[in-house]
Amino acid sequence: MRLTCTVNGDRHEVDDVWEGESLLYVLRERMGLPGSKNACEQGECGSCTVYLDGVPVCACLVAAGQAQGREVGTVEGLAGPGELHPVQEAFLEAGAVQCGFCTPGLLVATDDLVRRSRAEGRRPADAEIREALAGNLCRCTGYEKILDAVRLAADRMAGEAR
Amino acid sequence: MTRAPERSRPAPPTPSPAQAVGRPLDRVDGPAKTAGLARYTADHHVPDLAHAALVHATVARGRITGLDTADAEAVGGVLAVLTHHNAPRMTPPAPVSALDLSTLAPGTTVDYLNTDRVHWNGQPVAVVVADSPDTARQAARLVRVTYEVEPAVTDFAAAQDDAVPLRGTLLVLGEERTGDAERALATAPVVVDHRYTTPAQSHHAMEPHATVAVWNGDRLTVHEGSQDVDWARRHLARRFGVPLAGVRVLSPHVGGGFGGKAPVWAGTVLTVLAARATGRAVRMVLSREDVIRTVGGRTPTVQRVALGAQRDGTLTALLHTGVSQVGRVGGTPEPVGSQSRHLYAAPHIWIRHSTTTLDVLPTAHMRAPGEAVGTFALESAVDELAVALGMDPVELRMRNEPDRDPLDGKRFSRRDLRAAYARGAERFGWAERTPSPRSMRDGHWLVGRGVATAFHLPVRLPADVTVRLRADGTVLVRCAFHEIGVGAATAQTQVAADALGVPVEAVTVEHGDTELPVGPQAGGSGQTASVATALLEACEELKRSVLALARRSPSSPLRGRRLSELRAGRGGLYRADAPDRGETYGVILTRAGRAEIEVRTAAGTRLGRTLQQARAAAGWFRDRRRWVRAVTGAHFCEVRVDEHTGEVRVSRWLGVFDVGRVVNPKTATSQLRGGIVMGIGAALSEETLVDPRTGRTVNPGLAEYHVPVQADLPRIEVDYLDEPDPTTPLGLLGVGEVGITGVAAAVANAVHHATGVRVRDLPVTLDRLL
Repeated sequence: MRLTCTVNGDRHEVDDVWEGESLLYVLRERMGLPGSKNACEQGECGSCTVYLDGVPVCACLVAAGQAQGREVGTVEGLAGPGELHPVQEAFLEAGAVQCGFCTPGLLVATDDLVRRSRAEGRRPADAEIREALAGNLCRCTGYEKILDAVRLAADRMAGEAR
Repeated sequence: MTRAPERSRPAPPTPSPAQAVGRPLDRVDGPAKTAGLARYTADHHVPDLAHAALVHATVARGRITGLDTADAEAVGGVLAVLTHHNAPRMTPPAPVSALDLSTLAPGTTVDYLNTDRVHWNGQPVAVVVADSPDTARQAARLVRVTYEVEPAVTDFAAAQDDAVPLRGTLLVLGEERTGDAERALATAPVVVDHRYTTPAQSHHAMEPHATVAVWNGDRLTVHEGSQDVDWARRHLARRFGVPLAGVRVLSPHVGGGFGGKAPVWAGTVLTVLAARATGRAVRMVLSREDVIRTVGGRTPTVQRVALGAQRDGTLTALLHTGVSQVGRVGGTPEPVGSQSRHLYAAPHIWIRHSTTTLDVLPTAHMRAPGEAVGTFALESAVDELAVALGMDPVELRMRNEPDRDPLDGKRFSRRDLRAAYARGAERFGWAERTPSPRSMRDGHWLVGRGVATAFHLPVRLPADVTVRLRADGTVLVRCAFHEIGVGAATAQTQVAADALGVPVEAVTVEHGDTELPVGPQAGGSGQTASVATALLEACEELKRSVLALARRSPSSPLRGRRLSELRAGRGGLYRADAPDRGETYGVILTRAGRAEIEVRTAAGTRLGRTLQQARAAAGWFRDRRRWVRAVTGAHFCEVRVDEHTGEVRVSRWLGVFDVGRVVNPKTATSQLRGGIVMGIGAALSEETLVDPRTGRTVNPGLAEYHVPVQADLPRIEVDYLDEPDPTTPLGLLGVGEVGITGVAAAVANAVHHATGVRVRDLPVTLDRLL
């Protein structure tokens, strides 16, 4: 099929896509966006988390055909070129990054969590953070600094326009 | 230091020494990693790239009698199906030699696709190369293999009777004893003597193993997530019979390792083979299942710990024996008694390690091999002794804290476990614990608190480093060490900045590429200290060279001065007695007409490297004779166990460590905490399940192998003494592995305190508590 979708604000058209291949494969191998990582291929680890029409999904579990005509957001699109988004800055400064393989998925999941909380005029509680990010495995950090990063990002984004 | 002030950006440089080391600087690779721009192996695109997939054997032992590849070859886009019938010949792996540690590189001795023999259930028996990964995998499923099955030993529990005691060598810990432990045990007034078991475990680094191989004639370029690019390079040069100088391995970013990426496994060799056979650049990204079938994990163990004590808690006898597993085609035994040689001042000690050989995938080192599972048995037994004596478990440990090494009386280079326990007990509120099991509860939650000691022996390895200083004041450090997530490049940036007295922003560090001077393996908690040692030497040499340039000029304020009279700072050299008298590197180099100046430790020549290795080995032996260089820690754990369901929740954690000096609190804390969390996984959920009838691993994925997630954990507090080791440059020891040690025992001890149930078999799942 010819797949047409918007990725990080840009319209993409890709030919000869098999409908059943994963959105993750399309992003990484056909669109030159390898930021989203492939670590389990079964939706267990969250390393491939991207936005699909504003909802975080495991791109390894989304068939390419399901993305037809929809909007996809990846780690590469969180900030403009040469810039870091407040969530990315928070991860860097809090020390929430180690090997970095889980980081792209965690950044998208965190961005979603902070945005949803902000829309309700509050910051996420610790228990809520732990639950919301329970689908994003990290084998390096022991998670604590990821929580620090989420809190920091929530603080910084609280002042931004919704 | 969990709550150490962490700044987002380095403060302006000051001329004081040690300005960067010890500060929680941001990672130098952090911006690329958070932007999604860091390129890992699987992210590499090269022209004309083909993709490979593995076909795994489905029997544990035997001979391939038939290979039907017609259906696979008929799939559109398939370039080749490689089997032992048509694969190019390779040179078998070299025998292991203590004189050349790179002979330890291969994870197995199997000559993949050059043999019809099957040695484990999961061994690759064919490789499909195709124009896309999906096509390769689809075709791989269509390869039909028949076997002549032979009897196989695949049940660890049943194979223990055949275990053989290990003879100690340079590379393997065997039997060690002092006094007569069995006799002392027989006459001790109080004795605990139990059997403990730990299951097989898997590293499960988030990045699955991947390789990109590109041949250009006899020149080979390999992208590979590796903990030892030098091993990989040497092994591949041998296997494919090409000159070492023509093989380059690049590994700038590695998505976690934990030991699983130190050896060279089948996927690497077969990707290179596939590229050789097809004349194409080939990439193979292993699926999680491929990883578990072809990359060895931690051995299961069965251990006996017996402790004899006086009624006042003074230990008289300590026995620790253990059986671990190796494969018939390789594998690394776990020295489960490692910590038991050094932790307690018992006059009679007996340590013995045995292995049993199975027809399974060879085992591999995983974070703190030996101590990670050995501390579970020892530190559980010490807790059991405390219960038997009616004594506080911290007090029992402090009563038996040795002044010198209990086995041979050597000094500890540093050891302040007393301080770690004292600080931890106060901060955790240990005194509030009521000693009796089931004496603390919160509604239907039974609350328990436990302690255990952490212990690890960091290694030291040789490293070659070059340091280049440019007239613009910038510094380039080059060394083929590995960034597997620990913050290695950041730490060396800090070390170089201090040694040369330049701001950290002026330092760039290149790593993870065999074109660079040879670095140490990322293993044994030794990489940071090993590279730092060489880097400090190089920086001293560099400053001497710069001073020599300066002294040639009559106008230099450094004229007539010796290096010992100077301090590096403010981007140059200044007199210690007159800090305003000196000049910057830029001024010195520019005046001398030099754009840059470079020094290197050891040599790029074979002779130079041999001499350097000999020197390092001699130093290592000298040090081993003189003292025990260990890192220690005290874990404090609180669990809550559901009275009705047996569910265990870890509700509080504090680890206080004595790890020597800390280069970067931000990254070091995460190393220690990540180790604790991996240990909590080992305590409560992690287990690689092997079908004892077939030798096949039945949970080769993250859905069935349960690593801890955010929601499983409480806040994990980490603290450390941060006192330098007096015997190492900068006082560094190593932080990568000690965190995981002792953790499972602390959990099991807390579970016993909560429930009165002693679990001696990991993991502590709820069925064991009901």
